[in-house]
Amino acid sequence: MMPEKCRILYCHCAYARVIPAEVKQEVLTKLAESDVSFDAVPDLCEMSARRDPKLKQVAESGDVQIVACYPRAVKWLFTAAGATLPEGVEILNMREQSAETVLHSILEVQS
Amino acid sequence: MSVSIGPALQLVIYEGAGSRRIDPVRRGELFRALLEKGYAVASVRGDVASVPAEATTLVLGQFEKELPGGWESRIQLRAIDGLGAAEVLDVVERFRAETEIPVPGKWKPWFPVIDYKRCTNCMQCLSFCLFDVYGVSKDGKIQVQNQTNCKTECPACSRVCPEVAILFPKYRHGPIHGGEVNADDLRRESMKVDISALLGGDIYSALRDRSAKAKSRFSKERDEDRALKERLNCLNKLQKEMDIPGEVLAALPSVDEIRARAEAAKVRAQNALAAAEAEELKI
Repeated sequence: MMPEKCRILYCHCAYARVIPAEVKQEVLTKLAESDVSFDAVPDLCEMSARRDPKLKQVAESGDVQIVACYPRAVKWLFTAAGATLPEGVEILNMREQSAETVLHSILEVQS
Repeated sequence: MSVSIGPALQLVIYEGAGSRRIDPVRRGELFRALLEKGYAVASVRGDVASVPAEATTLVLGQFEKELPGGWESRIQLRAIDGLGAAEVLDVVERFRAETEIPVPGKWKPWFPVIDYKRCTNCMQCLSFCLFDVYGVSKDGKIQVQNQTNCKTECPACSRVCPEVAILFPKYRHGPIHGGEVNADDLRRESMKVDISALLGGDIYSALRDRSAKAKSRFSKERDEDRALKERLNCLNKLQKEMDIPGEVLAALPSVDEIRARAEAAKVRAQNALAAAEAEELKI
């Protein structure tokens, strides 16, 4: 989708309240207001259970930043969907990191 | 309940060639509204070729009179000039209904995820789970096969995993939520396994034994209240130690059914282990 730059995959974790609401709202708002293209998905867990082919595409593209939750959880959610994330994929954790830190990491790579 | 395996609807907010830009604040509102309703949305600022085409795709945009060519047949366009988030949502819902794509968000995705770096394929989870969430792959590897059978908010199987290899990404606490596992976590988790062992080997045995004792007492003393109290104490203890929601315990089948399912699960686990061993011997 974004051959010129690293792809961004944002998970909204729409069906649970485990990610602080203010963090995900801030990250989503700033992403939407920025000039970067990105993919926003309602819930990575649901996609993994459905074995959504998009996960395989993301994993195969390799050059991706994932904005979701704990890296260990994200990695094995992809594996469960038959999509192995390559080593070194950056996974930003909105459960632990502040919106500022997450956005800084995204914009640093995108610029 | 089963997870819909059919194609999901992919939405694109298109602001590339042949379209006018959307006000950033409005763009943010659109994303929020669509995501909250369970739709995947991609923001595309490039050309038509960069629009994802892996699923049924609905492209939303403020298009110029001359639409750029090159759209694939399964990609549909809808103009959203002047529409607020609720109205755009109506447009999307209508399209979803026309294309017979299932309504998203009907299922809260709660299920175990296996960390294969830690998993030793011991099959304890398979023999523990009464709801057929786990299964075995053709090559004898434990797998989560029936995610929608899992009981929402119940992380009990992760408690019996000796390797802390079972995650529930939406769980409140670590390391079950996917946080890194440290030595303290390992010790704490093994203590929890020991607690279930203290209750009589496994919790189903405990439930069975307690129930049998309660029945026996009931027949001897006809003390219904005392029997019920015993059973409640046992359930409360399990509920507290393993963080099992009350609704899950309340929804457990009869003791006979539990026994039958537990036995069946154990047999499946034993067969899987035997098959894996036989496979190893071949090698």
